[in-house]
Amino acid sequence: MQVPAQFEYFKATSVDDAIALLTRHGPESFLVAGGHSLLPMMKLRLAEPETLIDINGLDDLAVIAVESDRVRIGAMVRHSALLASPVIAEHFPILTDAERVIADPVVRNRGTVGGSLCQADPSEDLSAAFSAMRATAVIRGADGERQVPVREFHRGPYETAVEHEELLVAVEVPILAGSSSAYAKLERRAGDWAVAAAGAMLRLDGDTVAEVGIGLSAVGASHFVAPEAEDLLRGGPATDDAFVEAGRLAARHCSPSADQRGPVDYKRHLAGELTTRVLRRAARRSRGEEA
Amino acid sequence: MTAVGEPGVQDPSVQIHAADETPRGYGAMKRKEDARFIRGRGQYVDDVVLPGMLHGAVLRSPLAHARILSIDTSAAEAHPKVHAVITGETLAGLGLAWMPTLSHDTQAVLATDKVRFQGQEVAFVVADDRYAARDALALIDVEYEPLDPVIDAKRALDPDAPVIRTDKDGKADNHIFDWESGDRAATDAVFADAEAADDQLVVVQDMIYPRVHPAPLETCGAIADMDPVTGKLTLWTTTQAPHAHRTLYALVAGLPEHKIRIISPDIGGGFGNKVGIYPGYVCAVVASIVTGTPVKWMEDRSENLMSTSFARDYHMRGEVAVTRDGRIRGVRVHVLADHGAFDATAQPTAFPAGFFGVFTGSYDLEAAHCAVTGVYTNKASGGVAYACSFRITEAVYLIERMVDVVAHDLGIDPAELRMRNLLRPEQFPYQSKTGWEYDSGDYPHTLQVALDKAGYAELRAEQADRRRRFEAGEPVSLMGIGLSFFTEAVGAGPRRSMDILGLGMADGAELRVHPTGKAVLRVSCQSQGQGHETTFAQIVAQELGISPDDIDVVHGDTDQTPFGLGTYGSRSTPVSGAATAMVARKVRERAKIVAAAMMEVSADDLEWNDGRWQVAGDPDASRSMADIAMAAHSNLELPDGVEGHLDATCVYNPPNLTYPCGAYVCLVEVDPGTGAVDVRRFVAVDDCGVRINPMIVEGQVHGGLADGVGMALMQCIAFDLDGNCLGGSMMDYLLPTSLECPSWELGETVTPSPHHPIGAKGVGESATVGSPPAVVNAVIDALAPYDVRHADMPLTPAAVWCAAQGNPLRPDLGIT
Repeated sequence: MQVPAQFEYFKATSVDDAIALLTRHGPESFLVAGGHSLLPMMKLRLAEPETLIDINGLDDLAVIAVESDRVRIGAMVRHSALLASPVIAEHFPILTDAERVIADPVVRNRGTVGGSLCQADPSEDLSAAFSAMRATAVIRGADGERQVPVREFHRGPYETAVEHEELLVAVEVPILAGSSSAYAKLERRAGDWAVAAAGAMLRLDGDTVAEVGIGLSAVGASHFVAPEAEDLLRGGPATDDAFVEAGRLAARHCSPSADQRGPVDYKRHLAGELTTRVLRRAARRSRGEEA
Repeated sequence: MTAVGEPGVQDPSVQIHAADETPRGYGAMKRKEDARFIRGRGQYVDDVVLPGMLHGAVLRSPLAHARILSIDTSAAEAHPKVHAVITGETLAGLGLAWMPTLSHDTQAVLATDKVRFQGQEVAFVVADDRYAARDALALIDVEYEPLDPVIDAKRALDPDAPVIRTDKDGKADNHIFDWESGDRAATDAVFADAEAADDQLVVVQDMIYPRVHPAPLETCGAIADMDPVTGKLTLWTTTQAPHAHRTLYALVAGLPEHKIRIISPDIGGGFGNKVGIYPGYVCAVVASIVTGTPVKWMEDRSENLMSTSFARDYHMRGEVAVTRDGRIRGVRVHVLADHGAFDATAQPTAFPAGFFGVFTGSYDLEAAHCAVTGVYTNKASGGVAYACSFRITEAVYLIERMVDVVAHDLGIDPAELRMRNLLRPEQFPYQSKTGWEYDSGDYPHTLQVALDKAGYAELRAEQADRRRRFEAGEPVSLMGIGLSFFTEAVGAGPRRSMDILGLGMADGAELRVHPTGKAVLRVSCQSQGQGHETTFAQIVAQELGISPDDIDVVHGDTDQTPFGLGTYGSRSTPVSGAATAMVARKVRERAKIVAAAMMEVSADDLEWNDGRWQVAGDPDASRSMADIAMAAHSNLELPDGVEGHLDATCVYNPPNLTYPCGAYVCLVEVDPGTGAVDVRRFVAVDDCGVRINPMIVEGQVHGGLADGVGMALMQCIAFDLDGNCLGGSMMDYLLPTSLECPSWELGETVTPSPHHPIGAKGVGESATVGSPPAVVNAVIDALAPYDVRHADMPLTPAAVWCAAQGNPLRPDLGIT
């Protein structure tokens, strides 16, 4: 049986209370949201926080709200809630696709959107999906809220723009009329980390790509995006050849590392293959050819 | 805590199944033991809490190969909740720093000189609770001098390879054993002939059955309670072989055997992982002696995966001599067996490569030979079963893969090639070219049932159509159809040829019939989920004509059960199940005498009819077992020399192994763009002889098939070249889930074993043995457009894609 080291535990009653607790207990205090990354790490003693601050009671962070031109997803929204949300499915099929393949139902029932982003695992799915959507992270500290584009949110593996005495409170995703999107991931087994994953958002203007976002996960893509492939497509024809070429560019510009999920050449191939597939799918959805 | 009788709490004594569902003998019935399991009333080792119990934790080596320069335990000992810190030095003082393995080697209990694999036991802390024990591990300071490790088994015998077992006097290499089976000269002659003939050829293929781990849901552990007053040691422990363990503790630790009681309570899966004795158990015993209190040690998941018995790790070269029209003449095999740092393989003494000798499979050959070389590497020891019947998994994989390679090279359909070469029913009992006597089977029939169930011809037609579309550039997945036909050899075994550390492999059984006709069966084998409490009750029920609900099965406690070698190698039903039938027949014969006295007739006039002793030809004159049991305990006058009561004991020494078989058909879809494999269908037709409880048989097959899909597609313990274990957690060691498994399609043929009292053959491991080659054959078949002839398990998406690129991965080493 795996047992963690000793720690203190506090249950935050509000966002301000959580920030105050973080301030009081210093850098060895950790927030716990769904806990499905942190608690296993604690049991393996890879993480030994002195203090846990539980934000599971902060229900006001567990809301999905449609605002005029965007959807605000609270940081404590559970994966299962995102997966089940008709609003999300309507505007951002990329998120519904991604949620379907995030971990398993047990983890999705507990894990949160904010927790996933803040864990900033290089194989995390929502980081790629939100990056493709050019979403914005809303971060609150003692001095109020600030906004950081998700594409600038990650500072490296397991590092984000959220400072110690701050909380990610929400992610805002812009609603882009006429756009569609898709996400695909390959894993060795359900619940394993991705071998590679890709997400794409497309807004077509007739047969031309008006706007595009491409997110990649698990393949060492800087900020989880494939800007070279986006630049190639933007303003060009939305053809299969273009999507294949975008896949090639995405593959060329990412930098996967070898592990038991595969060697570098395979993961690079996969980055390209999945990029092409999600672009095709987003285009078909955009044209109403696929749900 | 709620109590029985309160709302919402069911009385656990209530059977889950209705009485009218219970057959009076064989047939599907729900498992008697599930009443407690599904209510959370099972009692596993970690559920046992004794007054004053302390908790142990093991400090493990972070390095694969290193000299220990010093161990400083002073800070750990100063921890306020720590009672003792035990090191190899402590144990050396007691003569317990090393212990014998099940393969006549030695294994360090706690390292004294060197560490030899990552995760090896170095020190043992005893503390008030498991948290403090873990905390104190971090306070132990071990100074290591790193040494070059031996990781690649293929390099273990290089002249310049570091020597791992420097503890063995004069040991100058990493060689463990050479073992061979079959007739080398005759086999070489067949191969020479085949090479020279125009109408024949020799097909060669290298393949790896990579290291996997049984990964039972419950990890290993023990609670040692040495009573300082009586000198009796009670050891609750996760063991598949409680009696063998008791004898080994007596021999190793010098404890008198009658003062040792091994209790193996409910066990959460074994699969071979719980056959051996682990250092943690020994440390718990020593800790209880040292502290005078009970000590519990339960390993965590990573400890289980990194340090306890692995399985497989066979590097094999198969050669087949075959005529061009598809008659297989001979098979020749070379194996390099990676046994890790200590040779702790669990298998009968005369079989260092287990029963690998059945590599001739289900085919009629002219000659066969194999040579196996075992080597030490800086990896965890073991080489146990994992549902493999002593290396039959490796053997079946080898031959079934080779048959497909031959089919590939000859351009013959693999089903047709198998049909041409399978043993025919009239050849049984069949003496194999490596000395095994297959008891019974109708192999062509079993294969035909599987092919029909799968719709083989239709599948091939669908596949041909799919390939045409693929070659025309359509974005379709590739369809693959894989077969395997396996012969198992289970139920070890005859005392004359099979023992473990000198203990012959016969099993005892005791049966008591109480005055009211309720019975208690006591058996030596311990269930780890096989359902013995149900099936063994059904065996007694069948023999005595009473309900299985009226029979309790006692097992897993050496003070309460007769001696026997335990549960592994699918031996429970073939050996203990036979003992159960035989002891029940003894009771029935005793009952006959009593019944004769009751009815005042001669016993010779009685016949056993529909579960009653009846006067021949007079159905109205009969007595049930309950009537007879009461009379046997009463003042009824019995013939001179008859003692009364019905209780009996017996020991069953199997005359031969039993040989279950099966034909499996796997259908996969492979995504050529990603290498991902989807198992679309799996047809499994098993012949395990007489089925006592078909539902339990099917459950066992389901589990084994999932196991096989896991090994074929995802499970693997690889090591990087520094010796780091790359499968040390459930994040890295992937077990299949329901999402990777299709809805299994099962079928059966029944060929009773002619020498087993009830014709049963054992089935626990059949599906694990038979399914991996079917899955691999299916994936390779799917990759035909890429002309792939072989790729090693696990066939992860990366492995499939790399094989299709002509650049196959090596599964035993870290991917770089």
